[in-house]
Amino acid sequence: MPSPSLWIVAVTTPAEPGAKQVVLVEGLRIVIGGRTLVGLDRWELREHARAVVLGPSGSGKTSFLHVLAGLRAPDGGRVIVAGHDLAELTETRRDAFRGRHIGYVLQSLHLVKALSVLDNLRLAAFLAGNSVPDAELRGLLQRVGLEDRTNAPTFELSQGEAQRVAIARALVNRPVLVLADEPTSALDDRNARSVVDLLLAVTADRGAALVVATHDARIVPFFDHRLELGSDR
Amino acid sequence: MTLVKLCSAYLRLRFGTAVLNVTLVALGVLIVAVVLLVGSQLRERIERQIRGIDLVVGAKGSPLQLILSVVFQIDVPSGNVNVDDVAFLRTHPLVASAVPVALGDSAFGFRLLGSEPSFLNERGISIGEGRVWEEPMEAVLGAEVARTMGLRVGSQFLGSHGLTGGIAHGDHPYTVVGIARPTGTVVDRLILTSLESVWRVHTPRGSLATPPEGDGRSREITALLVRYRTPLAAIQLPRLVNAKPMLIGAAPAFEAARLLSLVGFGLDALRVFGWVLLVTAAGSVLVALTNALSDRRADLALMRVLGATRGLLIRLLLLEAVVLAGAGSIVGLSLAHLSLELFGRFVPEAQAAGLSGLALAQGELWLVPGTLLLAVFAAATPAVRAYRADLVGTLVRG
Repeated sequence: MPSPSLWIVAVTTPAEPGAKQVVLVEGLRIVIGGRTLVGLDRWELREHARAVVLGPSGSGKTSFLHVLAGLRAPDGGRVIVAGHDLAELTETRRDAFRGRHIGYVLQSLHLVKALSVLDNLRLAAFLAGNSVPDAELRGLLQRVGLEDRTNAPTFELSQGEAQRVAIARALVNRPVLVLADEPTSALDDRNARSVVDLLLAVTADRGAALVVATHDARIVPFFDHRLELGSDR
Repeated sequence: MTLVKLCSAYLRLRFGTAVLNVTLVALGVLIVAVVLLVGSQLRERIERQIRGIDLVVGAKGSPLQLILSVVFQIDVPSGNVNVDDVAFLRTHPLVASAVPVALGDSAFGFRLLGSEPSFLNERGISIGEGRVWEEPMEAVLGAEVARTMGLRVGSQFLGSHGLTGGIAHGDHPYTVVGIARPTGTVVDRLILTSLESVWRVHTPRGSLATPPEGDGRSREITALLVRYRTPLAAIQLPRLVNAKPMLIGAAPAFEAARLLSLVGFGLDALRVFGWVLLVTAAGSVLVALTNALSDRRADLALMRVLGATRGLLIRLLLLEAVVLAGAGSIVGLSLAHLSLELFGRFVPEAQAAGLSGLALAQGELWLVPGTLLLAVFAAATPAVRAYRADLVGTLVRG
């Protein structure tokens, strides 16, 4: 039985007809520190879906994204991404699967300092075992407005620019699912809007499903799926 | 992007530390390689030098000094012996050959050695240009003497008293009649002439005549180089020679072994020092990679998120260690050969010892895999830590 503090409210708009299933979560339980933070009977996302995971700090939003990315195992239930049950994959295969099918924009960006902007994108392709032409990578940088920063070292970038590089990098391997953890938490209204627009646009370009974990109420109206954690409503 | 490019990007990011690591590895490899090169070249040169000489008979004194002065030409002989005193050896049935040599003079810093033409055959020397001496005051130059001094057949020069240069024997010029082919031995640095030439320049001023035999004035040589006819001679002849009050017989093989054990001790100590340096270098690689691991924990977690397997992260860290050790090995080996070559060209003592940076020592190339293996051991701990890193914890902490 889930503990009383747990909750989830799922608000979902109908998927586009013919859109393939990207994520299917069934009977999911995430327990941290002996406390069940997430309990979800069934949750499904299809191509082009735009989902926001809401909740206060410590409600399990990041852990939920980790589970969707196969970075941690759920404490119950199963997660199927692009038709693959993540629990059935070995760790090595899960790493490779994540590289090829899931894009992840981390909360604290984590660009590799030793590499230039373009090399950070090349790194994503290399680690996923993909060969992505430089022209395509430059196109991605152009899409996020950083075509003139291609060879810049990442430590020279502003917070906003780094955020854009992280978004571009998450799309390098044409993932079916893009996860973004608090992408707007440190940004003002204008920049927050800009980042959300960008995430929505670039994932829409490629038909990927987008899941954004946030406690930033400003961006909620832009999403057609809503999942609230830490609520018993 | 490749693993190598990623590795080089990380090394560039901490360039100073990488240079320090490479320097330490290079120093260790340099010392071990120099010790191996010097040791093997000395051993090889010593063995080549004594080949064909079973016993050196000279004036009573230190046998090692006798060998060093007469065979290796790097010391001053302890004295001379009368030709008549060693005459019995030239006809002894256990002796295959006995060649007299007389030292005492030099020219241009090169030693003059008086002997008989059979010296050339015994020492495996062939004439490249001109002919062997036939008359007193004719000389055959060693290959290096001719090259260094620019002398040709027909050139004349004066000898000086003493082995390191002294008063010139102005009345007795030598004429070059031949130039020997290079032998790779000390002979290349000798000026060869007849015994009569040596005796003539040391007769009283104004007299050019060689003292006739039996005139009461003794003729002296520095030593007699003896080659045995049978192994039995090794037992009998030294005893026979050493029983004479004025003579000593020194076996080059025995003295060379003594010399090598003396030099070898120093070389062994240096080699141990070199390996200690290499282990220290491996320690520095370990510290550098451990620090890099701390600095890079977030990067490694990010790479896992991007699809990197644990195995790939291990390969990345091992590659960094291997690159540092490999670069250090290459730099160290290059410096060892370069320094030895320069040393051999410009330092007279090293020239005399025939040191060269152009040869490889036996086992020298094992230094490279040995150093790489050390580096891999050094990288093992940080690599295992990277393997076991708490991915989710790192991502949560940022």
